[in-house]
Amino acid sequence: MLDLRQYASLGAALKDAMERWPNETCLIEADRDREKVRLTYSDFKEMAQPLCRALEDADFKAGDRSAIIMTNQSKWLISAYAILFCGGVLVPLDYKLTALEHLQLLAHSKARFLVVEYYLWRAITQLPEFAQLGVEIVLVTEAPAGADLRGAYRWEEFKRKGDPKFVVRQREDTACIVYSSGTGGRPKGCVLTHDSYLEQCASLTAWYPFCPGVRYLSILPTNHAIDFMVGFVGPFVCGACVVHLRTLRPEFVRDAFVRYRISYVSLVPMVLRNLERGLRAKFDELQPPKRWALNRLIGLNKLMTRSRPRVALSRRLLPQVHKAFGGELRALIVGGAFTDPSTLQFFYDLGIPVACGYGLTEACTAVTLNDLKPFRADTVGKPLPGTEVRVLNPDGEGVGEVAVRSRALMSHYLDDPELTAQTIIDGWLLTGDQGRFDGDGHLLLCGRKKNMIVTAGGKNVYPEDIELVFDGLAVKEFCVFAANFLWPQKTLGEEMLVLVLRLEQGQQIDDRLREEIESRNRRLADFKRVARYLLWEKDFPRTATLKIKRGELAAQIAKTATRAQMVEI
Amino acid sequence: MPAPTIDHTLDEILNLAALHFKVPREKLTPDDDFFKTLGIDSLQALDLLTRLEHHFQIELPDYELQGVSDFRTLANRIQARL
Repeated sequence: MLDLRQYASLGAALKDAMERWPNETCLIEADRDREKVRLTYSDFKEMAQPLCRALEDADFKAGDRSAIIMTNQSKWLISAYAILFCGGVLVPLDYKLTALEHLQLLAHSKARFLVVEYYLWRAITQLPEFAQLGVEIVLVTEAPAGADLRGAYRWEEFKRKGDPKFVVRQREDTACIVYSSGTGGRPKGCVLTHDSYLEQCASLTAWYPFCPGVRYLSILPTNHAIDFMVGFVGPFVCGACVVHLRTLRPEFVRDAFVRYRISYVSLVPMVLRNLERGLRAKFDELQPPKRWALNRLIGLNKLMTRSRPRVALSRRLLPQVHKAFGGELRALIVGGAFTDPSTLQFFYDLGIPVACGYGLTEACTAVTLNDLKPFRADTVGKPLPGTEVRVLNPDGEGVGEVAVRSRALMSHYLDDPELTAQTIIDGWLLTGDQGRFDGDGHLLLCGRKKNMIVTAGGKNVYPEDIELVFDGLAVKEFCVFAANFLWPQKTLGEEMLVLVLRLEQGQQIDDRLREEIESRNRRLADFKRVARYLLWEKDFPRTATLKIKRGELAAQIAKTATRAQMVEI
Repeated sequence: MPAPTIDHTLDEILNLAALHFKVPREKLTPDDDFFKTLGIDSLQALDLLTRLEHHFQIELPDYELQGVSDFRTLANRIQARL
C-alpha cells in the first residue's frame, strides 16, 4: 500500500495510486448479473481527467463544496476523485433521503457543485423549493435523451481535453462534510479534514490490509462513512479493487460474492441477518443425515478456530458454505448499528471471520474493531491504533459514556459552534453511547445516552427531525422520543421511536386520528417511522419561549409510564 | 395482448405476497403497509420485488420501491411498466 505519511491530502494519495498500479483493476460496476464497467487504475484516471479539466474551466476553486447524491456506481468514485483532485470539499449526501431533505442539506452545506443521478434530480426539480436551490453547476448522470434537465449539464458530456492541474491541499484543510443526521431540525455536518481520513485509513489498513488482487464488495451506500473509507479510500490507496453492485437485491448480492470472488465486504446488521436467514433456510432443507454431518463439521470448525480464525482450514471443512460466498472471502466487516451476537457467532462458526466494529461519522469511520485475536461476538472490539477511548464517570459496573480522542475526529460541526462545544470537550468526542471495557481491553456497548435511534440499516434517526411530519396533527400537543431514551436499557437493539400524544380535553384516540397518524408516518422513509404511540395526560413542560423541555418531559414519562403502555402504530 | 387492469395486477401482487411470506391472503388489503403487515424489512421487500418482476416479466430498478410501502402504490408502479 502507499505510505500515507507522505501525503498531505486524500487527492494526492489517490492521484499516486493511479500511477502506482496502472494495470490493476480498481473498479467493477455490475447491475444485477450484468457487468457494466470494469476499469484499471489507468482507465479510471483517463475517465476522471476530462472531468477534472471541465471543472477547471468551470472556475472550480480549492475549497469549493461539491455534493454527490448517487447510488453506488463508478461515476460516484470518478466524480469524488475529480473533486478531490481539483482541491474541492466533498459533500456526500444520502440518496435515500427525500428530495426536500436533499434541498435542505444542499442549502446548509452551501454546495457550489452537485453531481446527482437523474431520478433524484427529477424529484428535486419537481419541488416548489427547487427555485431556492443555490447550487451553481449541476451534473446529472444517466439522463434519458431529450430529458429537460432544468439547467443542469449531462455528466457524460461535461468533459474537456488536456491535462488538469492537481490542486495541492494541506492536512488541516477540509476534505469532506458528512451529515451524520439531522435534516429537519439541526443538520449535523461533520467537517473532516484530510488528516482525519489519512490517519483513519492508516489505522484500519494496519489491521485489515488490502492489496492488489483483493476485491471489496461495496453495497453500503458510498455516502456512508464506512463505505467511503472501506469501499473507496482504503482499497484505492492499496491497489485493491472495488466491486459496485447497483442493486441490493439479496439474490444478486449472493451472486456477486461468487461471480467476483469477493475478499471483503462491509455490512450493516440488516444485511447480515438477511444472509443468515438465507443460510439457515438452506440448512433446514437438508435431509437429516446431511444436516447431522453439517452440524458435526460446524462443531469441529468451532473447536479448531477457538483461538483464531483459520480460513483455509474452514474452507476445507465446510466447502459448500464457503463456495456460496465465492470461496475467497477473508472477512465480513460489520458495523453501523447494534448486531446481535448470535448472528456474529453463526458466521464465525461457519469459518467466516466477522470483524464487528463501532464508529461514528464524527470520528471519521471506526473507533474500535475486533482484531479476531480471538474472535469475540459480544464486543465491538478494541480501539484502533492511534485512537484513545475512555469511559467517563463509570458506575459500579464500569459503565459510563464512551469518549474518543484521535487525529481522525472531525474538527467541528459545520456552522454550529454550540453543538461542537457540547460534543468535543478538551479534544475528547463525547459519543453519547454508554459502554464499558472488559479485562481484555474490548469495548462493550451498553445503551445510549442520546435521544436517538440507530436502525439495523445503520441510519441515525433523531426524533426532532421527524416531528415536522406530524405538524398540525389534531391533538393538543405531541413529541417524539427514542423509547430507550425514556426507559434506558443496558443493551442496544430493539430501538424504536415513540410518539407521545397529549390529547385535547375530552378527546379520545379514534380511528380517524389513528389513520391520520399512520398516513403521516408513511410520508417518512421506512427507517424513520414511529413505531408506537403513548398517551400522556399532562401538559408538556415548556420554556419561556414555549419550546418543549424534552429532558424534563422524558423524566416525567420515565417516572410514571412504562414501556408496556406504548401502543403499536 | 392487452395489459391487465390495475385491479388484476393488485390482486396478483397480494396473492404472491401472501404465498411468498406465508401469510393468509385474506389478511392482506391493498392499502396495507406491507412492511408492517408482512413483518418484513427493506431487503425482504426487495426480494418480493424480484418475485414480482419474474411474475410480470418486467424489470424495476430498486429506486422504484423507494418510499413505497403499500400494495396499491406498488401495483401502480408495476402497472406503469406492463
